[in-house]
Amino acid sequence: MIALLLRDLRLAVRAGGGFGLGLAFFLLVAVLVPLGVGPEGGTLAKIAPGILWVGALLACLLSLDRIFALDFEDGSLDLLATAPIPLEGAVAMKSAAHWLVTGLPLTLAAPVLGVLLHLPGEGYFWLVASLALGTPALSVIGTFGAALTVGLKRGGLLLSLLVLPLYVPTLIFGAEVVKRGAAGMAVEVPLLLLAGITLGAAAVLPFASALALRINLR
Amino acid sequence: MTAKDYRVSDLAVARGGLVVLEGVGFTLRPGHALVLRGPNGVGKTTLLRTLAGLQPPVAGDIGLPPEAIAYAAHADGLKATLSVAENLAFWAAIYGTDRVETALDRMNLRELRDRSAASLSAGQKRRLGLARLLVSGRPVWMLDEPTVSLDAASVALFADVVRGHLAEGGAALMATHIDLGLTEAGVLDLTPFKARGQAAGTASDFDEAFA
Amino acid sequence: MSLWEYANPKKFMQTATRVLPVVSVLAAICMVGGLVWGFFFTPDDYKQGATVKIIFIHVPAAMMAINVWGMMLVTSLVWIVRRHHVSALAARAAAPLGMTFTLIALVTGALWGQPMWGTWWEWDPRLTSFLILFLFYLGYVALWQAVENPDTAADLTSVLCIVGSVFAALSRYAVKFWNQGLHQDSTIMKVGEKDPLDPAYYWPLIVCIAGFILTFVALVLLRTVTEIRARRLAVLTARERLA
Repeated sequence: MIALLLRDLRLAVRAGGGFGLGLAFFLLVAVLVPLGVGPEGGTLAKIAPGILWVGALLACLLSLDRIFALDFEDGSLDLLATAPIPLEGAVAMKSAAHWLVTGLPLTLAAPVLGVLLHLPGEGYFWLVASLALGTPALSVIGTFGAALTVGLKRGGLLLSLLVLPLYVPTLIFGAEVVKRGAAGMAVEVPLLLLAGITLGAAAVLPFASALALRINLR
Repeated sequence: MTAKDYRVSDLAVARGGLVVLEGVGFTLRPGHALVLRGPNGVGKTTLLRTLAGLQPPVAGDIGLPPEAIAYAAHADGLKATLSVAENLAFWAAIYGTDRVETALDRMNLRELRDRSAASLSAGQKRRLGLARLLVSGRPVWMLDEPTVSLDAASVALFADVVRGHLAEGGAALMATHIDLGLTEAGVLDLTPFKARGQAAGTASDFDEAFA
Repeated sequence: MSLWEYANPKKFMQTATRVLPVVSVLAAICMVGGLVWGFFFTPDDYKQGATVKIIFIHVPAAMMAINVWGMMLVTSLVWIVRRHHVSALAARAAAPLGMTFTLIALVTGALWGQPMWGTWWEWDPRLTSFLILFLFYLGYVALWQAVENPDTAADLTSVLCIVGSVFAALSRYAVKFWNQGLHQDSTIMKVGEKDPLDPAYYWPLIVCIAGFILTFVALVLLRTVTEIRARRLAVLTARERLA
C-alpha cells in the first residue's frame, strides 16, 4: 500500500501542475479578496481567518476529481480493485497522497497569505495548527465525493455540489479556531472538535468510499 | 500453483441492469487455456469482469477465487510519466512479488527499461501491460482482447509467454478473435448462452413487476 | 401479513393505485380546511398582527423538510440492506418533495422574519441549518440525475444519504456552536409550558400539518408508481433492442 502512496506522490511531482495549481489558486483568493473588500487593515484582519479557510477549502476542491479520474481512465482502478490490497486501504492511501500534495502545501503557505490579509500576530500559530488538523478531513471527505462521481460525465461540477455541504462542519470549526486564536481567546473546544471530525472521517469514510468505488466499477 | 480445476457453473451475468448471458458453465484446468468466442456485444467483457470479481454475478457458482486471477482489460493501467521498470515495480509491490526483471526479459522489454511509458508505441505499451500479468504471479490470467495493437511478431511472442505460463501450471481465459496457435486452448462459444434480456433484479419478485 | 409484502413492486402498485385517490382527497380536505381555518377564522396576534398566520405554512413545511430526509435515510438503509427496489424508488420520489418543503420553509421564514426581526435573512443557526439541508437535497437529487444505470444510482445515492445524514447532524451542531440564535425554539410541543402556542392556533396548525403529511404521502405514492412504470418501460425497450 505504501507503494501506491509513493506512486501517487511520484506521479503528482512528475505531472507538475497538480498541486502547484492549488497553491496558485489559494494565492489568487488571498489577492482578490482585498481588491474586492478594500485595503483597510482592520476589516481584512477581521475576515482573514474565514477567507484563508474558505480559500484553502476551495483550493483543495480543485484537485479532487483527479484522485480517481486518471486511474479510472487508464484502467488502473480496475486493476487495483482486483489486486491483493484491500480497496479500503487503497482509498485511504489515495486520500493521504492527496493531502500530501494539496493540504500540506496549503497549510505551509497559509501564514504567508495571512500577512497579505493582516492576520493578527496571535492567529498564525492557530492558522497553521487548524489547517494541519483540518485539511486531512477535507482530503478524506473529498475522496468520498470523488469515489461517488468517478466515471460520470460532468462529474467535476457534481463533485463540488456533493462535497461542499459535507465540508461545512470542518470549515466552521477550523475557521473558529483561527478566529478565536487571533482574538486571544481559548481555542480548545473547536480545536478538539476539528480533530474529532478529522479522526472520525479518516476512520470511517474510506469504507464508504471503497463501497462507492465498487459500485461505480460494476 | 494449485493443480485444482476451476469450475464455473450456471453463471448469469448482467450489463446495464439486463441479463446478457445465463447458464454459462465451463471448467478451466491448470495448464490449459480457454478462448471465449462470440459476436460483439454478446457479453465477453461482462463475463470476464464478473469472473474477476469486479461485478457481482446475477446467479451461479464461480469456483474461481478472485485471489487467483490476474485481469487485463483493454486499458493497460500504465502511467505515462513513469518509466517501464517503474510501472512494473509498482505492480510488483502491489502483488508482493519480485518478478520485474523476469517479466522484462520475457516480454522483450529490457532495452526499453528506462524509457517513460509515454514514449512507447501502442504495441510496446500493450506488451508492457501484459508484462504486468507475469509480475502478478497469479495462476489464472483473464485477458480481454490481449492482442489488440500487437504486430505479428509480438503476437507470436505473447503466445509464447502464454504457453510458458500454461507449462508452469497456470491457466488462461481469454476473449480474442485472433488464433494464437495455442494447441492447448479450448474454445467456448458464448452465443448459446445469450439471455433473453430480462431485468437483473436480485429480488425474485422483480421481474414479475418490472418486465 | 408483513410490511415487506409492499416491497414487491406489483403488490405495491396494486395497493398504491387503490389508496392514492383516498389519500389525495383527504390531503386536499385537510390542506384547504386547515389553511382556510387558519387564515380566516383565527384571531390576529396582539404583537405580530396577521403576520403570525404564516405559521400555518412555515411550521408544517419545516417539519416535513426534516422528516422527508429521515424517510429517505430509512428507505436508503432498506435498499442497501434488503435490496427492495420500491424502497430505492420511494427515496428517489421523495427527494424533490423534501427539497421543495425546505425551500417553502426558507421562503416563508424570510417573509415572516422581515416584519418580525426587520431582516429577510439572518445567519441564525436554525435558518442556516435549513439552508445547508437544502444544499444536501440539491446534491442528492443531482446525483440521482447524473447516474444512468438506475441500480447504480440507487446504490450511490443511498451511500450519499447515509453519509450525508451524519454530516448534516454534525453541521447542525457546528452551526449552533458557530452562532447563538435569534429564532425561537419550537413551540408546538410546549402546550402547558410558559410562552406556549396560543390554543386558538393549535388545532388549525395540527390540521395543516396533517394536510402537509397527507399531500406528501399522496405525491410520493404517485411519483413512486410513475418511477416503477418508467423503470418497466425502460426494461421493455431495452429487451426489444436486444431481441
